[in-house]
Amino acid sequence: MQARSARTRLRVPLPRILLDPRGTLLKAIATSYNPKLHRFAVVLACWTFLLIIAGALVTSNDAGLSVPDWPTSFGSWYKIPHLVGGVRFEHTHRMIAQVAGLLTIVLALWTWRAEKRRWLRYLAVAALGTVILQGVLGGLTVLLYLPPAVSSAHAALAQTFFCIAVVIAIFTGRRWIEEQPRVEFDSRKPSLFTLTLLSIFVLYVQLLLGAMFRHHGMSWWPHVTHSAIVAFVLAWTAVRALSVYSQIEAVRRPAILMLLLVIGQLCLGFTAFLTRVSWGRDAVQPELPMVISTVAHVAVGALLLATTVVLAIQVWRHVPVAFEERLPQAQRDPSAA
Amino acid sequence: MLAMCGLLLMAACNKKENTEQSNNATEQQAAPAATPIDPATVATVNGTVKFDGTAPKASKIDMSQDPACKGANEAENVVVSGGDLANVFVYVKDGLGNRTFDMPKDPVVLDQSGCRYHPHVLGVMTGQTVQIKNDDPTTHNIHPTPKDNREWNESQPPSSPALEKSFAREEIMLPVKCNQHPWMKMYINVVKSPFYAVTDKSGKYEIKGLPPGDYTIAFVHEKLGEQDQKVTVAAKDTKTVDTTFKPEGAGAGVQ
Repeated sequence: MQARSARTRLRVPLPRILLDPRGTLLKAIATSYNPKLHRFAVVLACWTFLLIIAGALVTSNDAGLSVPDWPTSFGSWYKIPHLVGGVRFEHTHRMIAQVAGLLTIVLALWTWRAEKRRWLRYLAVAALGTVILQGVLGGLTVLLYLPPAVSSAHAALAQTFFCIAVVIAIFTGRRWIEEQPRVEFDSRKPSLFTLTLLSIFVLYVQLLLGAMFRHHGMSWWPHVTHSAIVAFVLAWTAVRALSVYSQIEAVRRPAILMLLLVIGQLCLGFTAFLTRVSWGRDAVQPELPMVISTVAHVAVGALLLATTVVLAIQVWRHVPVAFEERLPQAQRDPSAA
Repeated sequence: MLAMCGLLLMAACNKKENTEQSNNATEQQAAPAATPIDPATVATVNGTVKFDGTAPKASKIDMSQDPACKGANEAENVVVSGGDLANVFVYVKDGLGNRTFDMPKDPVVLDQSGCRYHPHVLGVMTGQTVQIKNDDPTTHNIHPTPKDNREWNESQPPSSPALEKSFAREEIMLPVKCNQHPWMKMYINVVKSPFYAVTDKSGKYEIKGLPPGDYTIAFVHEKLGEQDQKVTVAAKDTKTVDTTFKPEGAGAGVQ
């Protein structure tokens, strides 16, 4: 029983037959670290972050329809238009998106050919499907004149794709492949893993509320009100992770980063509210403080969501729910047998 | 695959646009003959629109995003000169009954020059052609965002032929903007009768050719909202109807 109690430390070298954190035996797959594939995945994640910034610049500069056609730009598939005014933001966004699409195609093909883990191959294909869907949503939002639901879906899917790119970069990394996970079971309720999932959920809701406000589909107050819930849930998650599992580096680092990002994001949100809602309500054109604060708010929001997803994955790996917590009561209690 | 989806969507959109345009054409063909008005009895309503309070300082516009946009530019959302309020759309809102009117054959011109719209507020009859010109050495896109009419968004390169558009349904303060130059905004007012005017820089307006009757005159401003006034005009009458707007907050603005 002692061995199964909470916070049991497990440091057993398991090169061939693995004891999964969930308690099941897994057949080890001899995956070797592929540094080129990993670097490529990192490049895709960084490029996607750049793409999110470029997309945020389009919205903040009210340039979403400055190129009125899609998939062509001013009737051309390849000709770069004169990059002035809103076209500078919209067409640059399109060019960065095209490169992101190409990088994703290469990553999916490469992963499919080189990667032995089947689930990772499927994840790379899912990334390709996501980027195609994202491109179609981007086109729809132009052709339908920026309907709030479509534009918000485009904004939310962008960050989803960013999270997928980041986790592929992690799964292909040397640490993930070669590390012997240091496992500590979690018997607290709610478990840290549950808290990380709850954090992702509230962040997603916040992302949708923010996108709907930004794309004129909703007032500002649901996004602002919900930020208090987000701050509470994320602080709870970070405090639990840091107070109980700070000795696990893979958990400690994303937890600290998540805490710092949520503080920064609240400050940026307040600034964005001032520059856009309070001071910029009657602005005759997008003003620089509003553009900078809102774009930074979107970018840090994307980093925060990705960091929380990474934390959830590391918690799943290093701090699984204790085995007996997942057994039915009848199996757990010997007297019931 | 992306291209295929895009082409399918474009085809769908073009089909919808063509259908709507043909519907508009059918509506125009089916329009009943104009109700005759005796020119010997027509009356005139004129007046001045004032602004009561301290006029807001016009915001300077930064056009450095596009080097082709030269010259000084400032916001035209509230234009006050000596207490007179410009850019107020004045029209006969009620009292014309079921009368119908001939649509003017001459188009109304909307010009883009100096990266601003001329005029800032425009009146047009339903179905009447709006001729949109680009006199700037840069590309603009014209994007009306109506509530009751069809939305469209077209780019217009320099020296290209004028665009000719029309609006099928009545709509007051229909916003038009250029997404390439986000400061460029103007309003089109689409009405069924020819009895409308826009106040000039001295706040003055004049509506001629009204048949005798009881009317509601509406004064609509993009930021300061709407005010209505009743007026009765007899044959050959000339009535003066003035009104005064208060600063924003004292009245409802146009959404």
